[in-house]
Amino acid sequence: MLTEGQLDYVRIALPKGRLLPATACLLKETELEFKDYTQGTRAYRLKSTKLPYLSAKIFQEKDIPIQVAVGNYDLGICSLDWIEELLAKYPASALIKVADLEYSKGNLYLAASRYRNISSLQELSTGQYSWRIVTEYPNLAEIAALNLRLRRFRIFPVWGAAEVYPPENADLALLWARDDSEIRAQSLFSLKTLLSSTAFLIANQESWQAKNFSQVIAYFSQGLEMKAKPWLKIKPDVAKSSNSFRPDFNEEKVWLALPDGHQQPPTSEFLNKAGLKLQGYSENKLNRRPRFNLDWVNVKVIRPQDMPLQVANGNFDLAITGKDWLLDHLCRFPSSPVVELVDLGFGQVKVVAVVSQDLPVANIDQLKQVQDVNLSPLRVASEYVNIADKYLHDNHVSQYKLIPTWGASEAFLPEDADLLIENTQTGKTLAKHNLKIMDTLFQSTACLIGNRNSVESLPKKEKIASLVESFRQAAEAN
Amino acid sequence: MTSQKCKGARDLLPKDTEAFRYIEDVFRRSCLSWGYQEVRTPTLEYMYLFTAAGTLTPNMLSKVYSFLDWDGWSGERVVLRPDGTIPIARLYIENLSQQEIARLFYVTNVFAFEETGKENRERWQCGVELIGSDKPASDAELILLAIEILRSLNISDVQIQLSHAGVLKALLKELKLKPDEEIRLLDQVFDGNWQVLTETKPSNSDIGRLISLFLNLRGKTSGFLENLKALPQIPVTLKPALDNFSEIASLLDALSCNYQIDITSTRGFEYYTGLCFQFSAKGEKIGSGGRYDNLIPLIGGKSTPACGFALYVDPIINLIQPQAKRKAGQGILVKCDKTTPDSIKTSFQLAQSLRQAGYATELDFSGRQSDWRWIITVQEKPPPFLVIDQAQNQKKEASSIADAIKTVGGFA
Repeated sequence: MLTEGQLDYVRIALPKGRLLPATACLLKETELEFKDYTQGTRAYRLKSTKLPYLSAKIFQEKDIPIQVAVGNYDLGICSLDWIEELLAKYPASALIKVADLEYSKGNLYLAASRYRNISSLQELSTGQYSWRIVTEYPNLAEIAALNLRLRRFRIFPVWGAAEVYPPENADLALLWARDDSEIRAQSLFSLKTLLSSTAFLIANQESWQAKNFSQVIAYFSQGLEMKAKPWLKIKPDVAKSSNSFRPDFNEEKVWLALPDGHQQPPTSEFLNKAGLKLQGYSENKLNRRPRFNLDWVNVKVIRPQDMPLQVANGNFDLAITGKDWLLDHLCRFPSSPVVELVDLGFGQVKVVAVVSQDLPVANIDQLKQVQDVNLSPLRVASEYVNIADKYLHDNHVSQYKLIPTWGASEAFLPEDADLLIENTQTGKTLAKHNLKIMDTLFQSTACLIGNRNSVESLPKKEKIASLVESFRQAAEAN
Repeated sequence: MTSQKCKGARDLLPKDTEAFRYIEDVFRRSCLSWGYQEVRTPTLEYMYLFTAAGTLTPNMLSKVYSFLDWDGWSGERVVLRPDGTIPIARLYIENLSQQEIARLFYVTNVFAFEETGKENRERWQCGVELIGSDKPASDAELILLAIEILRSLNISDVQIQLSHAGVLKALLKELKLKPDEEIRLLDQVFDGNWQVLTETKPSNSDIGRLISLFLNLRGKTSGFLENLKALPQIPVTLKPALDNFSEIASLLDALSCNYQIDITSTRGFEYYTGLCFQFSAKGEKIGSGGRYDNLIPLIGGKSTPACGFALYVDPIINLIQPQAKRKAGQGILVKCDKTTPDSIKTSFQLAQSLRQAGYATELDFSGRQSDWRWIITVQEKPPPFLVIDQAQNQKKEASSIADAIKTVGGFA
């Protein structure tokens, strides 16, 4: 056995969310327990209770393969689907799949709605129709589409809720599910299983070649050889609503997208005040297809991040999202037909540029000067990739690397990023994480967005106008 | 200083550009004299032009530079042109399809991702397409044109390898696979993995033997193909393609064009339907081409036979002889002993007259050395011009611009 002095300092990236309970259980059973690695924890940086040289940071699962591949972390735990999503685009990534941890079994399915008449894969490779594919896995979707020889296709990357788009707002979804029955429960059926996934222990290739973390690996091996594996019995609760519905292809209906997540409660409250009654749009039991009291309006609940792109493509006519996401979309597609129709006033946040308190800079120019001395590219983490990109262009930052994140971005500073473009309500959370606001980019509130073209298209014009009007009145009354 | 050049990109320095221009000039001259017309297509094309089955293999598509344009919210991707032929087919469909025969050529760059960054991700090619003819003589025309160009470039020992996509596809059909298995096998073969063909154990062992016969033997004349045709186990479905192959080969025999028949020399493109050929010199692949009768209907045009080839500029630059000492060595450097406004004005006037007389002329006001053959100094005090011939180490005075030009002429 090696003494501690001979061991290298080792960093492991641990997943939030779905994988957390089983991962925490596995770590506990194998003596690799971390204090505060629990569901709903507010801590990001964790210390191993037994091994002083081992530390951990908590990430969104999707960020973990990237963080390990770029060498910020020696080890990581995440599901195979996210590893393959990275490798699909960057096959030369410095990643080693060390061990199959066996829990969190599931598959990636290419699925179509059972209400649309796609019956086989062959159908997809003929004709001139451009298939709409929604997915959280755009890289894997593109490879799959090419391998299936889809003649024409369009991939709509989404942050979540891919299952709710078909059949009206997309033709195909590439999505993760535990099994086929879960797919069927969404009124979808699987055309092809792209891969089977479980949780994996991964390592950075260079760390693996240069460092000694044999003790950590040994603990994992021990765990995998145990007879009873309690972590395999932990069933993650995936709150996917499974409800029956009738698809609606009526061209005269107005499609409205409502947000899930943080924006859901204030939106629900706002709709109530506006006298718009919705069934199934409450926190306790979220129906992704709630029913409206106006029968000419169809509603779906999707991620607010995805709405501008969906509205731009006419998959939805109206949507309630944040100005931040509208602006991020317009930074990427300046001539997009999406416009803000009504400022709804609630959900006020600031989008800010954030650095570590320990960094002696007060504005972007000072940060640039520090950067010029360091000569290494500025590492910028953000959920708002396009806003961040524009901010850096506008300020003539010459060398930077954008690190797209999927939430919990404040955990990236200071080790894994130098600058963060993030939203904040009060700035308290930022201060708690030893961060400071260096610049305010803009104020954001919830807004109703629409498509310039559908707002003026004849069959829906009046309906849309009357709906927009009731939103406007409610916003003014607020 | 660390390099700021993009990984996998290449700068063409003056010497390379000169070689490039030379290749391009030779290529253009030959094409024009054979009745071909030059065209250019845009660097950006829609991705779906290249995704239809029978165009590029999924492996090639996975290396395409594709992205969303600034107005690409619809998800419609655009690509940096990954191939020279498909855009020409599109150009033909959209603009020239009323022409019975279109003979087109182009010099273009194509883009493909290459993992290590050590190879070029941007490659240049000189391409020729003959659209509208299904005659074996047209296949032969392209090979002869390519050979003429390579000969004019003084590239010696050019090897020609012939294959036939029609024969290959008919052979695969005999394996009686499911359509998707067949296309997957074909893709692997086009990506260069011929092994898979011998690994596929067909139920009919005659076909297995036939396949290894095709894969392992190399022919040198059309006689080889006639021998194959005469074999008892050749299926009828193979006959038309073999006939076509043999007809082209005997044409080349009659034209005393040497070649090697190697069925495994087909690479890369799913769109080939008939003869495929490949040129190499000193072990380096320097060009390839073939017949692609289905491509134009596949991307939306009416049924039109076509064939073409491309020569690869990058390896050819390394193969051509260093140019005979460039004529530019015969140029003139004009300088003045005092940089007064008057003498600068005279320098410009002198340089202008020298250029009109056909001399490359460079101006210098910083007193540097030059390896041009002549240096003419504009002097403040008479004589107004001093002409130095660096090659012969001689100096002569000149009294006027005309005199200076005459003096240079006298030296020459």
